[in-house]
Amino acid sequence: MSVATTDAMTDTMIELSNVRFGYSERVILDGLNLKVPRGQILAVMGGSGSGKTSLLGLLGGRNHAWSGEVRVAGQNVSSLNRAGLYGLRRQLGMLFQFGALFTDLTVFDNVAFPYREQTDLPEPVIRDLVLMKLEAVGLRGAAQLMPSELSGGMSRRVALARAIALDPTLMMYDEPFTGLDPISVGIIGRLIERLNQTFGMTSIIVTHDLNETLRIADRVVIISEGKVYRDMKPQEVRESQDPFIRQFADGLPDGPVPFHYPSPAYADQLIGEA
Amino acid sequence: MLLIGLEALGASITRTLDRLGLAARFSWGVVSVAGICLVRFSLLVREMYFSGVKSLAIISVSGLFVGMVLAVQGYEVLQRFGSAESLGSLVALSLVRELGPVVSALLFAGRASSAVTAEIGLMRATEQLAAMDMMAVNPLARIVAPRFMAAVVSLPLLAVIFSSAGVLGAYLVGVQLIGIDDGAFWSQMQASVDFRVDVLNGLIKSVVFGVAVGLISVFEGYHAAPTAEGVSSATTRTVVTSSLSVLVLDFVLTVSMFRGLS
Ligand SMILES: Nc1ncnc2c1ncn2[C@@H]1O[C@H](COP(=O)(O)OP(=O)(O)OP(=O)(O)O)[C@@H](O)[C@H]1O
Ligand SMILES: [Mg+2]
Repeated sequence: MSVATTDAMTDTMIELSNVRFGYSERVILDGLNLKVPRGQILAVMGGSGSGKTSLLGLLGGRNHAWSGEVRVAGQNVSSLNRAGLYGLRRQLGMLFQFGALFTDLTVFDNVAFPYREQTDLPEPVIRDLVLMKLEAVGLRGAAQLMPSELSGGMSRRVALARAIALDPTLMMYDEPFTGLDPISVGIIGRLIERLNQTFGMTSIIVTHDLNETLRIADRVVIISEGKVYRDMKPQEVRESQDPFIRQFADGLPDGPVPFHYPSPAYADQLIGEA
Repeated sequence: MLLIGLEALGASITRTLDRLGLAARFSWGVVSVAGICLVRFSLLVREMYFSGVKSLAIISVSGLFVGMVLAVQGYEVLQRFGSAESLGSLVALSLVRELGPVVSALLFAGRASSAVTAEIGLMRATEQLAAMDMMAVNPLARIVAPRFMAAVVSLPLLAVIFSSAGVLGAYLVGVQLIGIDDGAFWSQMQASVDFRVDVLNGLIKSVVFGVAVGLISVFEGYHAAPTAEGVSSATTRTVVTSSLSVLVLDFVLTVSMFRGLS
């Protein structure tokens, strides 16, 4: 108890210590340590399949660490029961990689969903709030469309409006820029920045878009082989000569980060088939 | 060779038990949050519209035709024994005790439950359920429970409609077409159908079928693999498992309800 209060008062939003996690037999994260102060915009980068989405799952209590400790907003995530977890999640917002809009609801009703489920606000107030959130992502005019009528980028922006509906203290973005046109990338990037500044929101962005990320992030963490491989300032990333980091920065297909899923030697397998 | 066979048998038994355990735990989870349908009645009403109201057409048309066929077949047999007037009681008893609950449950499994499985399976595959869970809204309560309860509430009502349509069909064929005496048809029916033994037992059957079909459809949807094949095979499994369960349960219920009667 006393630990929780002291931690909540200090400025740490997230603390992972020596976290180990995987699916069935396969270990994905192993010995991961990460501490994020409140109000920071942290970018998490890493090769495909390095466990970035899994990391967000750990923070939101959707995945459970095999060992080690995950603390979010002062609470030990794995020790929470369902009610406690839901209590914590009311402070969290998550933007899913593919939006995950409710396909049977209009854009308006999607954004209204958190208000209707979590608050007792009267409908006219909800209406105003929803329109404000939609205005923030530039889609007030699309309020009456169904998700099937939206482009990928528009879906992402609606999902963002829905995720920030209840003004979370921690926002998690899973690849918010992927598949967006440069203008939308800019819009979403500035939005993340502004939410962060005006509400003191802590943000974790899982991303491959180095340009936009370096512009808005306070800090960049690169995950590799289940651990934090590098932890640096955007400026350091720009100037780094590390081949690993250059591979990301310059978008090289093969380098220290393998392009291939772990596999038996190519030649062996081809010959073995015959 | 034998060893391999045994191994495979063992593995498939373990898998089946595993799945049954999962189903039991899941069912308990759904039932324990089903109270939300009382608090938020509109959630239930919406699902009853999609599952129940939209099944009305197929249920009533099927009932009508089943009743008409029963009348033709029943008359053919009964008149050999000179008791064609008993047609009313034959038709009503068959419908109320058996055909109403069973056939409407089978139709419901094909028409409504399969759609529920596909819907929940797709919501899962597209991370809608995960997103809801992250918004601190329990998908079991918000999505699954109302769809389950809709089956439990709708199915008895649909069975009643099926039976009524069947009686109407038998009346049209038996009385209007074949020419059985109108008064005899209805009075025989009235005299032979008992409320507790026939109507109530038929309703109990429907409720049990509703629970089974409802749970199977939400379970298969919720545990469908998040792919196109996953959802489609889950949908198929719903229809097959539901139909078999209904027929097996019907046998068990019939034996326990009507054994001591005659
Ligand atoms: N539900 C799951 N069951 C089993 N394995 C999984 C599951 N989800 C992810 N994995 C595996 O875990 C590894 C890490 O997945 P994760 O989604 O965290 O990667 P990522 O870093 O987000 O990748 P990307 O950049 O491609 O989104 C992958 O190799 C994947 O195969
Ligand atoms: Mg990912």
